[in-house]
This record gives sequence, structure tokens and C-alpha cells, in this order.
Amino acid sequence: MEKTRLLLGDEAVALGALHAGIKGVYAYPGTPSTEITEFIQKSSLARERGVHASWSTNEKTAMEEALGMSYAGRRSMVCMKHVGMNVAADAFVNSAMTGVNGGLVVVAADDPSMHSSQNEQDSRFYGKFAMIPIVEPSTQQEAYEMTAYAFSLSEQLKLPVLFRLTTRLAHSRAAVNVNDTPGPLQELPVAKDPSSWVLLPANARRRNDALTALQPRLRKLAADSPFLVEKNTGKHAVTGIVTCGTGYNYVMENRPDCPVLKIPQYPLPDEKISGFAENCDEILVVEDGQPFIEEQIRAFIGKDKKVRGRLTGDLPRTGELNPDLVASALGKAVQPLRSKPEAVVPRPPALCMGCGHRDVYIALNKVLADYENARVFADIGCYTLGALPPFCAIDSCVDMGASITMAKGAADAGVWPAVAVIGDSTFTHSGMTGLLDAVNDGSDITVVISDNLTTAMTGGQDSSGTGKFEKICSALGVEPEHLRVVVPLQKNMDEIMDTIRQEIDYHGVSVIIPRRECMQTLARKQRKQKE
Amino acid sequence: MKYDIILSGVGGQGILSIATVIADAALHAGLCVKQAEVHGMSQRGGEVESGLRLSDTEIFSDLLPTGSADMILSMEPMEALRYLPFLSAGGVIVTSSVPLMNIPDYPEKAVSEELKRLPNAVCIDIESIAKSISMPKAANMVLLGAASSRIGLLAPEALREGIARVFAGKGQQIVEANLKAFNAGLNETK
Ligand SMILES: Cc1ncc(C[n+]2csc(CCOP(=O)(O)OP(=O)(O)O)c2C)c(N)n1
Repeated sequence: MEKTRLLLGDEAVALGALHAGIKGVYAYPGTPSTEITEFIQKSSLARERGVHASWSTNEKTAMEEALGMSYAGRRSMVCMKHVGMNVAADAFVNSAMTGVNGGLVVVAADDPSMHSSQNEQDSRFYGKFAMIPIVEPSTQQEAYEMTAYAFSLSEQLKLPVLFRLTTRLAHSRAAVNVNDTPGPLQELPVAKDPSSWVLLPANARRRNDALTALQPRLRKLAADSPFLVEKNTGKHAVTGIVTCGTGYNYVMENRPDCPVLKIPQYPLPDEKISGFAENCDEILVVEDGQPFIEEQIRAFIGKDKKVRGRLTGDLPRTGELNPDLVASALGKAVQPLRSKPEAVVPRPPALCMGCGHRDVYIALNKVLADYENARVFADIGCYTLGALPPFCAIDSCVDMGASITMAKGAADAGVWPAVAVIGDSTFTHSGMTGLLDAVNDGSDITVVISDNLTTAMTGGQDSSGTGKFEKICSALGVEPEHLRVVVPLQKNMDEIMDTIRQEIDYHGVSVIIPRRECMQTLARKQRKQKE
Repeated sequence: MKYDIILSGVGGQGILSIATVIADAALHAGLCVKQAEVHGMSQRGGEVESGLRLSDTEIFSDLLPTGSADMILSMEPMEALRYLPFLSAGGVIVTSSVPLMNIPDYPEKAVSEELKRLPNAVCIDIESIAKSISMPKAANMVLLGAASSRIGLLAPEALREGIARVFAGKGQQIVEANLKAFNAGLNETK
């Protein structure tokens, strides 16, 4: 039996995983992947089954925890945004070397056009790098079905499977036919073979050979995927389209009458593509993300045939695709009837009124006005909005945790005052280790952990360190006199400014923790109480 | 038959609730639906948009092509104009007339003149209507009501049923309140 539900791509993956009998989801929040884990957290089925779903401290801990669950014979899923793959990479790549026991699916949500990200990296490169299968749905329905498929594939091959999503699918809703009755929890015996799980060089070499030898089979599986789509084939055509994921939707929106091949799985089924290309004079590659398919296709058919796509300028080199861009690559130029009126000006996001980060930046700006060479190394979170007017308070924001470590490096080179601004969740994600470096070197830095008791940027998830920051900092060696807590409110401005000034003038590691609850989570709690 | 809508506004104005109601009504009417949302960074008081596509045949793209929107439904007048290139030749705009001025030098006059120039634009003071029925937080449902007689493929009654289902989890009182707001909007434009 089936029923229809309106689901985000993220939610379809979550439900697919629950129906495939997972015992745990491990994740750190990150747009556009957050709603997968949130769906499982709210699911009554997950609760009944005791499915693990609380947030991990970062993507690497999540990946390793899921691998441990797989070792124990249960199905587990890891979810993250694309840049989370960088954090999880060590565990991810090596999980391909150990292989898995219970099915392990790693969901990476890419963000073409960087709607809420600092880069446009394409996670498929990680899958290729680790030499494991990657699956990529085009629709919410496929997102649901492919999750179960990915778990069976993982158990069949004894390899982790990378599941690639992009923002447009993750955050778009559509009707999905789902099973009425979820599949049972899956269980295999606990792993016990140390020769595959202990990656000493001798074992690792053997595993590496086995993984390499498996590649032709993986290509064959991709060619035989039930999700592969071929349209209008069998006759000669000028242009053939090779596409994948959301790119396929934009191709179909334009109702092409030329041959279309949709690739739902990697490593790339090269023979299949060569066969498809035989009947075409040229190939147009339509893929959201970096030119992953296009580069590879060029290598094996580029000698004989023209391959068009992002690398030739037929589609833009960067940014999310859309139906118009694909129409124009197909030679159907679209002229808008109307342009955007000049009266329309940008409306950038801003820190909420009443947000504690505001008070932190007001105080910092006032104090630092007296120090000519001050630099503020910030980090990723709502407080990154301190870069915009009216604050213009920060000098850098690179990757999670880089505030403390960059301040330290700059201080080592003589920059003073070197101030780091980091959020509570970012601090436990990747800031603690850098703080230890700074303590060990007695670096002259002032660290501000702006604690709003939540992971606000991604919608207010629990933050791993809540209630523990003073203990963590002192355990890492921050001296008690230089571990200061303030309440970021306008009425405390003098005290906050004095505290910052004193700690800048102290030539060692200081940590200031401005602490006040996020306005959004506070309002949500109050609404809940009323209901 | 298809009907494409662009919902626009400012983060926090409740455009996603409107989208949820329309999408739910469409699903129950047996239509195909695609609804692309914006989450994350842009929700902090920035511009937000959701493309909503309804059709009685398969819909492929989650994103609307240029010039295809049958309606722009906006919680804020300047945000209605932002998506003008998406509006089809015969498309209509239904928008709140009340500017949300959370940016310096908001071009209030230029925005209202621009809207006046457009032949198919309906501007409604949804906030006053919402206040007049003591429901200041339900301005979004007032807007939906105001647009409801124009939305293709779905009748106002189907949208009312959508409201009842979407808000059911929050209790009958909330359902009634939202229906009241919807009806107030509908009466305004009838
Ligand atoms: C490696 C990585 N993982 C996840 C994210 C997504 N992300 C951006 S900011 C943020 C949370 C920040 O929380 P916190 O530091 O507490 O600051 P707040 O937003 O609450 O001010 C997350 C999860 C990211 N950008 N990079």
C-alpha cells in the first residue's frame, strides 16, 4: 500500500531512511541538509524504534559515530552540508578503506549558487576520491526511493554510499508516494574481522587493492541502476543531452525532442555514455554543480565529439542552473517581458532586533576604535552578519573554527590586538582545539565566545556545549582571572567595554563569554508555553 | 493546465505558511505540486521567495522559468516588484500595500508608483484588515484570502479546507482564527 505525502527533498530522504530500517542518524546542522535530521527527531516511528537522532558536535564525530553503528551491524546515516564533507573527510575517505558492516549512507547537500554557504564545492568529487558509489536523485520521489536503494547497495558492496543532494531538491516540496508500512529495523551480526578494520599499512594495502579492483563492477552497477533514464534514443541526432540530478528537471521543462540520458549513479558508467553518444554529433552536459561529468566525458569521448557544457560557456561556469539557462543552451533564448524596476533595492539579511550579538559588536567597535591596528577574526554563524552595516565589525570569516586559530597565527606574527569572535556551537564544533594551541603558546589573543545557547543560524538546534563553556575553557588551560562572563544588554555596556579593554590589555589568552539566549529560540519557547 | 505562483516577502512574514496551505489544497485536489522554499541565511529579515507550481500534468522544474508566473503573491510591495521578470504576460500581482522599511532609504514613493503603473496589480492593506479583526499575526492569511478568487485550479473553498488541515495540529481556535482572516481578505477583493 502507498500513500501520498507532501515532502521536502530532505524529508523524503529522512522518511526513506526510516523506512529502510536505520538505527541512527548522525549529523551536524548545515543548510540545506538540516531538515533531514530534524524530520527524524520529530518522527514518532523513530522514537518508537529508539533511533538515535541527537546532534553530533561536528561532521567528523558524526561520520565516525555512524561508522561505529555500522560496525555493530546496524544501518546508519550521516547528514551534512557540502563543506561538512571537508570536516568529515578523514573519516569518510578511510571508511571506504575499512568498508562497512551495516549499511552506511552519507548524505552531502551541495549548495550551488551559495544561497547560504561560503563556497560551491561539489561533493561528488569526494565520492570519486574515496572510490565509492554515489547516488543522485532528481526528484523528491527518487530521494525517497533511492535512500532504501542506497542502503541495500551499501550492504551488498560492504561500502559506504555517498548520497548527493542540492539545495533546490533538498528545499523543494512535492508529492511523494510512500510506503504505508515501514520496513523493519535491519540487523547484522557485529563485525569481528580486525584485518579489515585495523588500517595498518599491510591491511590497508590489501583493502586498497580490493577497492580498486571493484571499480569496474561499480561502473556496471551505475549503468544498470533502476533510476537511469533514457529518452528519445535510437535514432541519429545532432545533440544528445547527458544530465543528472536537478539538471534533468530543467532539461525536461524545456521538452526536448533530442536524446536524453540521465545519470543517477557514479562512478560514471562510461560504456553506457559512449554507447549513447554514438548516435549523436555532439553532447551537451547539464549538471548542477561543478563540471564533474563534463570533465570525465571529455576524457573518453572528447577526441571524437564536441562536448558542450559549463567548460565551453554554453552554460555558466558557476552557479545554480535553472530552466532559462538550459533553454538558452538548447538554443531557445528567453526574453523576459519585464525587467526588475529600478525602485527595487537589495534587502540583505540582518541580525534580529534585540540579538545579543548586536551588543557584542557595539561594545567591540567602541573599544577597538582606540586601538589602531586591531583585527577581528570572526567565524561562521549569525554573528557573521556583523560584517555588514551598521557594524562592519569583522575582518575575516573563513571556515568553522578559523577565528581562534587565525587570531593566534596573526598574533604570532605580531598583530595586536588580535580578537577572535566565535559562536557557542562553532566553538565546540572546531574552536576548542585551536584554543588549546593558543593556551600552549601563551598567545596574545582575546577570544569572544558569543553564547546564545543555540545553533541559531541553521534554525535553533541544540548546541553541544551549552552549560559547559567555562569548564571547557578552564580545562583547556585558560586562567580563571581571564575567563570572563558578561550579559550582552545595552544597560551593561560600560561593564562589557571595560571587560574587553582589560582583556585586550592582558598579553595572554583571554576568553570573554557574552551570554544571552537567542531572540528566536526565546520567542519560540514563549509561543509553545502559550499554546 | 498549470498555475505558477511566486510568493515573496521578507524573512519572518509567514510566506511559507501561505505556500504550505496552497500546496496542501493542491495535493488534496489531486494536482501535481512543486514548491521551492528558501531556508537559511536569507531568513534573517532579508528577501525571501517561494516558487509554487500547480498543474494537472507532471511538473519537472522546481524553479519557475522567466515570464511564467501567473501570479505574484507578496507580503511586501517592493518584494512583489523584485520578481517582475517572472510574471507572465497576463499574470496578476496581489500584494500587501504596507512597506516593511528595515533598510535605509527605502524607496517608498517609487515602489508605490511602479505598482500603480502595472495594469494587473492589486494592493491591499492586509495589516489594517488583520488588526480590524484583532488578528495582527494572521496578515498572511488575509493576503491569501484576498488572492483566493484569482488563484487558478483551486477554489477558495479548497484553500479553506487546506487551512483547516494545515493548522489542525494547533487546535480548533487557531484554525478558526486563520479562516476568519482568510474570509476577511476574500471579502475585501470580491
Ligand atoms: C563545516 C560546516 N558545518 C556546518 C555549517 C553550517 N553552519 C553555519 S553557521 C552554523 C552554526 C553556528 O552556530 P553558533 O556558532 O552557535 O552561532 P549562532 O548562529 O548561534 O550565532 C552552522 C551549523 C558550516 N558553515 N560549515
